[in-house]
Amino acid sequence: MRDTPAAAPSGRRRWLYLLPVGVFLVLAGIFALQLADPPGQVLPSELIDRPVPEFALEPLPGRGRPLTSEHLKGEVSLVNIFGSWCVACVQEHPFLVDIKNTGDVPIHGIDWNERNPEDGMKWLQRFGDPYDRAGLDPDSEVAIAFGVTGAPETFVVDRNGVIRYKHSGPITPTVWSKTLKPLIEDLRRQ
Amino acid sequence: MITYMVPELGHFALVLALMVSLVQSVVPLVGAQRGIPEWVALARPAAVVMFILVTVSFVCLTWSYVVSDFSLANVAANSHTDKPLLYKISGVWGNHEGSMLLWVLILAVFSLAVAVMGGNLPPGLKARALSVQGMITTGFVLFILFTSNPFVRLAQVPQNGEGLNPLLQDPGLAFHPPMLYLGYVGFSMAFSFAIAALIEGRVDAAWARWIRPWTLVAWVFLTLGIGLGSWWAYYELGWGGWWFWDPVENASFIPWLAGTALLHSAAVVEKRDTLKSWTILLAIITFSLSLLGTFLVRSGVLTSVHSFASDPTRGIFILLLLIFTIGGSLTLFAIRAPALKGGGLFAPVSREGSLLLNNLLMSTAAATVLLGTLYPLIAEALDLGKVSVGGPFYNAVFVPLMVPMIAAMAIGPLLGWKRGDLPGALKRLWLAAGLSAAAFAATFVVVGGGLDEVMGAFGMALAVWLAVGTLVEYAERIKLFRLPLGRSLSKATSLPRSAYGMTLAHFGLALVIAGITASSCWKVEKTQTMALGETVNVAGYDFTLTGVELTDGPNYSSLTGTFELSRDGKPMGLMTPERRVYDTPPMPTTEAAIHTTFLNDLYAVIGEPDDQGRYVTRLYFEPLVPWLWYGCLVMAAGGLLSLSDRRYRVGAPRRAPAGDAAAQPAE
Repeated sequence: MRDTPAAAPSGRRRWLYLLPVGVFLVLAGIFALQLADPPGQVLPSELIDRPVPEFALEPLPGRGRPLTSEHLKGEVSLVNIFGSWCVACVQEHPFLVDIKNTGDVPIHGIDWNERNPEDGMKWLQRFGDPYDRAGLDPDSEVAIAFGVTGAPETFVVDRNGVIRYKHSGPITPTVWSKTLKPLIEDLRRQ
Repeated sequence: MITYMVPELGHFALVLALMVSLVQSVVPLVGAQRGIPEWVALARPAAVVMFILVTVSFVCLTWSYVVSDFSLANVAANSHTDKPLLYKISGVWGNHEGSMLLWVLILAVFSLAVAVMGGNLPPGLKARALSVQGMITTGFVLFILFTSNPFVRLAQVPQNGEGLNPLLQDPGLAFHPPMLYLGYVGFSMAFSFAIAALIEGRVDAAWARWIRPWTLVAWVFLTLGIGLGSWWAYYELGWGGWWFWDPVENASFIPWLAGTALLHSAAVVEKRDTLKSWTILLAIITFSLSLLGTFLVRSGVLTSVHSFASDPTRGIFILLLLIFTIGGSLTLFAIRAPALKGGGLFAPVSREGSLLLNNLLMSTAAATVLLGTLYPLIAEALDLGKVSVGGPFYNAVFVPLMVPMIAAMAIGPLLGWKRGDLPGALKRLWLAAGLSAAAFAATFVVVGGGLDEVMGAFGMALAVWLAVGTLVEYAERIKLFRLPLGRSLSKATSLPRSAYGMTLAHFGLALVIAGITASSCWKVEKTQTMALGETVNVAGYDFTLTGVELTDGPNYSSLTGTFELSRDGKPMGLMTPERRVYDTPPMPTTEAAIHTTFLNDLYAVIGEPDDQGRYVTRLYFEPLVPWLWYGCLVMAAGGLLSLSDRRYRVGAPRRAPAGDAAAQPAE
């Protein structure tokens, strides 16, 4: 660079000026793709209307109340896949706590893909604990069996332990009042 | 009473603001291009009216919060009559819709500042910059009105609101978003002036002198905002940590890194009339990252593709807004920047060279953190599976970037413009090198000298190197010990305030580095159950649990523990950590008790009792953590001092040939 002008462009360097906008367009393209094609909607779970896979998960450290497939039989419940690394879960979480406080339906949690077993527990202490039972799934065994595509994701399980619905992404008040709550009431009447 | 119409008034003012912003975006710009003075002159009144309208709108929303008007969906979802007044008001920006309105209000304040204080700016540049500000305002007001309107009414008015997350009922957090937004939006000034300069095809020292103080304002607020956020996480979350590398924190840190680079490269444009295209690009990128940060923080839109799906209208709108603003400005850059004339020449070893090195390292750091933040999203989009990027990634890439930067930070200010004398500069840093080596050795001895301590000792050595190097540079400037003391003192009083600003800011960073190093390397954490009367020793300090009390606050019930803190039998005081359970929504929070000595923090958290009446407690020894906060304050103080420099108060001079600017005293 000795004694050459730092900012004077030669013809060959002109493409450098196009680089920033190029990088940005690639990023924007990725966002646009996702927007046009949300994964939760194009990939319905293989498991809809099938019994939940057999599993038995360890409880979160110090929390007790572990989760196994047997616990999902007997009453209608929600199974929520979460993780302390998942930012959209933070967004969803206060609403789950609200649902828990109304007592409408038990919510069970699967703490997925944690780096350290304590992370999920710390996270629940930080943001509140909406779960009845909760299990630790560090190696994605149960998540894979459930066909989870990402977190948060929530399964509606009927009283016979059959998966009836899958919602990808955070549960919002709209999703709750328009889809999940009517479905749960429906399943209870059956 | 007319008061029930207040929300409509606010809504209407916002619609009017949209109309005014359209006028402000188009008319002054066209006027400047075609040379119609009347159209150019419209920029000023438009910005003033815009400010008034947005203020009315914001006041109306705030009023609805203060009187708890639950007929507004936004108030009902985020407020509650039991909330203290301060948190009713901070509730206005504690949610997505209201925070967007605050964003626009701050933008209007900055536009007003250009309109009113920019009297000595060339009218064309001012009109074009205000037009760009108008375009940004248009985009945001459209976004608010169509996807995030805080003035939407509810058909059925609820009895009471749904409260606010009790974690947010905290003075630190109440003022955290406004600080961050003052920083984010402050960078819009550099952006607007960069676009205006690209349209004009001219960048010179006067331009740089105008954008520097604004960039500095934004930088000071962002520094304070990040510090405040980190401090809040530290005392409120109860895990004794102050930085988690989570996307929300990164969102504010990335523009800070880019903005710091911008601050330094604008100095080169001002003093030496070179690095122009780069500075323009940095101005665009810094504001673009601020936009990204805005959406990451409040709406969570860019954190997960799942959030896109949950509200597609908002997602599409934000994407269009980003494409228009960032894509448009970068395209303009690609077309116009190659024509900008390069200025002064410089050798690699020179003040310019060292500032360029700072720029390269800062931008690489910003790009790295951005990549880490977006990578999980990109991986998900490209079906590479679920990835989480955490502390280990950032530590592995960030530390190696910062080490050469801090090493160079002590040297750079000692180099001359154009061509520096590196051996000479290094010779003058003998004291810094010596003390830094001593710090390395001393740390090693004090902490017990294992191989694991090398990193920590190295970090402390770097902090000392930077602190002493910064002081040496100051001493050189006033020729301390080389002139009689009186002459040195008179030199010290005549130094420009911006020079003091730099010294303070660099010294502040040295404090921060010491804090980061010590707290990451030598923090001690103990978790246990304790019975009343039991004592636990943490890093030489004795914590004795002497009492537990149940009390009721205004909207929570609390369990307060009392610890007697002592060292070697000498009592140091009482610590009273709390565990609160709020009423609406019912949510537990921890209020850690922190005892600060000048050097260290002792940190205590109390949890629920177990069935034998013992309490879960977490006790921490946090070495040098207070220095993090002192360091942030010192850095911000440096920025403020620099802002008060005479040449900014006098304002930018008329555009002058580059040669004159170069004759300014070196900073």
